[in-house]
Amino acid sequence: MEVLQLLISGLANGCVYGLIALGFVLIYKATEAVNFAQGDFMMLGAFVTLGLVNPEYAGIPFWLALPLVFVIMGVLGYLLDIVVLRAVFGQSQVAVIIVTIALGFVIRFAVGEIWGHEPQSLRSPLALGDVRIGELVLGLADIAVIIVTLIMTFLLWQFFQRTKMGLAMQAASQNQMAAYYMGIPVKRIQGMVWALAGIVAAVAGILYASKGALDPTAGFIGIKAFAAAVIGGFGSLPGALLGGLIVGVIEPFASRYLPPGWSQIAPYALLIAVLLFRPHGLFAQVRAKKV
Amino acid sequence: MSLLELDSVTLKFGGLTAVNNLSMSVEEGQVFALVGPNGAGKSTVFNLISRFYTPVTGSITFDGKDVLKMAPHEVPNLGIARTFQNIELFHQATVLQNLLVGRHRHRKTNMIAQMLHLPSVRAEEREHRHAVEEVIDLLDLQPYRNSRIAGLPYGVRKVVELGRALASKPRLLLLDEPASGLSVEETQNMRWWIDDIRRHMGITVLMVEHDMGLVGKVCDRVLALADGAKLAEGTPAEVQSHPKVIEAYLGTNAVSKGGKVA
Repeated sequence: MEVLQLLISGLANGCVYGLIALGFVLIYKATEAVNFAQGDFMMLGAFVTLGLVNPEYAGIPFWLALPLVFVIMGVLGYLLDIVVLRAVFGQSQVAVIIVTIALGFVIRFAVGEIWGHEPQSLRSPLALGDVRIGELVLGLADIAVIIVTLIMTFLLWQFFQRTKMGLAMQAASQNQMAAYYMGIPVKRIQGMVWALAGIVAAVAGILYASKGALDPTAGFIGIKAFAAAVIGGFGSLPGALLGGLIVGVIEPFASRYLPPGWSQIAPYALLIAVLLFRPHGLFAQVRAKKV
Repeated sequence: MSLLELDSVTLKFGGLTAVNNLSMSVEEGQVFALVGPNGAGKSTVFNLISRFYTPVTGSITFDGKDVLKMAPHEVPNLGIARTFQNIELFHQATVLQNLLVGRHRHRKTNMIAQMLHLPSVRAEEREHRHAVEEVIDLLDLQPYRNSRIAGLPYGVRKVVELGRALASKPRLLLLDEPASGLSVEETQNMRWWIDDIRRHMGITVLMVEHDMGLVGKVCDRVLALADGAKLAEGTPAEVQSHPKVIEAYLGTNAVSKGGKVA
C-alpha cells in the first residue's frame, strides 16, 4: 500500500518534470538549441494563470482563463523567438544557452515584481483534495496530473508524427537550407516551436501549481527536468516523459528508504550513470531519430 | 514564351560584381547548361532563381510570374526544385523519409484531420507514397529505401537528392553539378536519368556542370559564363569551340594553337 502511494505521488511529480523535459526536447528538436529558461517558462505559465484566475487578482473563471493563458504563453514564446533569439541566430550554441539562462533571471525577477515573492496557491479545479481507499490516501490532483500529461504527450506525438507542420519542424531542425527548398518557411516554423514550448510550459505550470504552493523560484525544478530530458535521450518525446517519470519516482522512494538527503542527489546519480553507460540516453535519438 | 527568363540581372557583393547584366531564357522541355570556370557565378545564378539572393537590378520570371516577389519557401510551389553542389539532405532520416519531404508542397489536408489520421489523410499519404515509389523505381533506389542518409556513400546521396527534387513533381529542375564526385559509371547513369527526366517526365532541366562530356551528351543549349557575364551561348559544340570560351578556360595561348575545350 505504501509502495503504491509513493508510486502515484512520484509519478505525478514525474509528469511535471516530464512536461518541462518535453519543452526542452521540443526546442531542441526544432532548433538544435537548449532552452535553459524552460523551467522558468513553466513558473511564468503558472503565475499568468494565477493572475487571471485567483480572486485577489483578475478572478476570471478557470475554464475561461485557460485558453487565454495558452494564447498569452504562445505569443510570448513566439515573440521571444523573433525578438530575442533571432538576434543570436547563426551564433554558436553557447550564445543561445547564455541568452536563455539570462532570460530565466529576467522572468524570475519580473514575476517577483508583479506577483510578489511569497508562496501562493492557485485556485485550480484540479486541486480536489484526497480520497481514501483503505489505508491508501491518494491526492486527486496527482491522478489528474497523470491523466492530463498522458493526453498532452499523445497529442504532441501525433502532432510530430502526423501533421505537415510537425514534420516541417523536424525537417527544419535537420537541414534549414534543404527545408527552405522543400517549401518550408523555416523562420516562421521556429517561431511556432517556441510558441508550442510556451503552451506546454503553461500546462506544466498549471499542473505544478495544482499540487502545491507556487513562488518565483519554482522554475528551478527545470534543472531536474533537464536531467530527465538527458536520461530520456534529449530529442525523443516519449523519452522525455519517461525520463521525467523515472526522476519523479526515484525521489519519494529514495527519501523513504535511503538515509536523509539521498533523495536530493538520487536523480543526478542516475543521470551520471546513464551518461556513463548509455551516453545517448535511454531513448537514443542519434541512433534512432525518426522523421 | 520561355519557361524561365532572366532579364539583365546584376548582383553585387560589396564591390564585387558576381553576376553582371545577365539575360538568358530557358524554353520548356529543354536541357540547358551553365558552364564556366570556378567563380564564374554559375551557382550564384541558381541562388538568385531560388531567391537566396536578391539582384540589384533585372527581373526573373517563371512561366510569366515574377519570381522576385516570392519568399524562398514559396519558390518550390511554383514548380521549381533544385539539388545542391554539396548535397543538402536530412541526414538523420531515411531515404524514404527524405523523398517524402519532397512531397511537402503537395500536402493539402488540414492539421486537425492529420492528427486524427482521417481517411482523407490516409488516402493522401498513399498518394504521396505512390509518387515516391515511382521515383525510387526510376532511380533504382530500392536497396536503400529504409537506409539512413548518414550511412550512405556519396554517390547514392547524390541520387537521393535528385530523387527528392523529382518527388516534388517540378516543372523546372535545377541541378548544381550533378556529376561532381561521381564515378564514370555513376556519371553514365546520371546521363540516362537526365534524358529520362526530360523525355518521359517532361521536366525542363537547368544545370551547372563542369563535365563537358556529360554536357555535350545531354544538353540542347549551353551558356558559358565568366566573371558573372555571358561569354557565349549556343549548342554544346558551338560553345566549346567559341574562342572566348577557350580563352577563359585555357588562357590566350591555347587560342593561337587552335585548342578545344575537352
